[in-house]
Amino acid sequence: MSVQFSKDHEWIDSADAAAAVVGITVHAQDALGDVVFVELPEVGKTFAQGEVAGVVESVKAAADVYMPVDGEIVEVNAALRDDPSLANSDPLGAGWFFKVKLSNPAQLDALLDEAAYTAFAQSA
Amino acid sequence: MTTASPNLPHFPHAATGASLQTPLHSLHLELGARMVEFAGYQLPVQFAQGLMAEHLHTRAAASLFDVSHMGQLRLVGADAAAALETLMPIDVLDLPVDRQRYGLLLNEQAGILDDLMLVRRSNDFLLVVNGACKRADLAHLQARIGERCEITPLAGQALLAFQGPLAVDVLQRLVPGVGQLRFMDGAAFVWEGSELYITRSGYTGEDGFEISLPDFMAETLARALLLHPEAAPAGLGARNSLRLEAGLCLYGNELDENTTPAEAGLLWAVQKARRAGGEREGGFPGAARLLAQMADPALRRRQRVGLRALERVPVREPAPLCGADGRQVGQVTSGLLSPSLAQPIAQAYVEPPSAAPGTRLQALVRGRRVPMEVVAMPFVPSRYYRG
Repeated sequence: MSVQFSKDHEWIDSADAAAAVVGITVHAQDALGDVVFVELPEVGKTFAQGEVAGVVESVKAAADVYMPVDGEIVEVNAALRDDPSLANSDPLGAGWFFKVKLSNPAQLDALLDEAAYTAFAQSA
Repeated sequence: MTTASPNLPHFPHAATGASLQTPLHSLHLELGARMVEFAGYQLPVQFAQGLMAEHLHTRAAASLFDVSHMGQLRLVGADAAAALETLMPIDVLDLPVDRQRYGLLLNEQAGILDDLMLVRRSNDFLLVVNGACKRADLAHLQARIGERCEITPLAGQALLAFQGPLAVDVLQRLVPGVGQLRFMDGAAFVWEGSELYITRSGYTGEDGFEISLPDFMAETLARALLLHPEAAPAGLGARNSLRLEAGLCLYGNELDENTTPAEAGLLWAVQKARRAGGEREGGFPGAARLLAQMADPALRRRQRVGLRALERVPVREPAPLCGADGRQVGQVTSGLLSPSLAQPIAQAYVEPPSAAPGTRLQALVRGRRVPMEVVAMPFVPSRYYRG
């Protein structure tokens, strides 16, 4: 299984390590409520794991989007800029945030699988 | 161990610490509410539809809000009106029976202790005050005018707000006659054997009603209203975005003890009788300062304004606001992306030279400068029913 989860409520699909896909989880978008704005990182920019790579705002709150792994941004989801509600309606699909080229794939080992994340999100 | 005087009335279900429930608590849960702690109560911030849908539904149809956390106080006595005028800069003596008025409790510096709604009923005044302020308000009233009238907290009384252009159609089916009320009228009605005191008011900018009724009837009435297809439940989130679009103040955001009614843009709430040259000029706390600020705007340190962002970036409190030279001239007090306008809007305090509509300012959001423009409020035109 290539989809994993961070404790900061991002998911990452690393089936393609040169362009792993990152978004926010179902739990995260549900906690935020209606997403009305996203700020996406610049393509070509490099982030370390845990750094703020974007911002997602709902009508009532703003939240940072953290990089789940070290890497370089290779693509961002322009459709999400035009329609931020995709983060609510399809958080694991059309509502993805950006693609990242992994610089340290070993970091994936420490991320959560779906069962572990679900348990974590429910206890938080 | 409490040392409070046994003679001081209090809100029995408003003790400190513990989280309190309103009479609609189980209904909220049944309707899928997401609950939050607010003013010491567990209240719904939103239901399954979400804030945006609840907001737009209120503007298009009718929404039911539980505002039972707010304080309801009853003042009785021949001297109650005159006594209230010693605490607020508003005309209470000339308020007719079954008419409601917006009031401000002031301190000696004309700072706002709370904002409230009061209605003169046939035998008393009913005051609706902010939930977070209600205990302090009660103590203040008791200390200042407790000798002149009887002050009773209506602890066993719920408060429902039913808001939106179709609210009148729905409520009229249950309570014939409410359609005759005009904005800021009140009247007593009997429904299923219980007394409802209904005012045509609210805090959303829409036509609508606030209904004070016994706790034990609240769920029955709420369910009866929600049976109608036009009606839906709405939470605190939508209530906040609606009031912000309507240009209305929220205590704690736009109003506090260091802000005067002149600075807050609330001089419309100071009636002529209490102004300089009026029949009962002054005579309220902070009168000298407020009347001076009314006569000379230069004495106001800052001014509440509305702002519209020129980029689609939500600007929230407490974002700093800078002028063209980069110097900070103010701060956002409430901000969000307006669901009705699909555009970021905010209320803020700015230095008076920056308060004119059309003034361009820059809000600092995460290190970025977001251009904003001072605009007139309300952001969305109000639709009160004036008959």
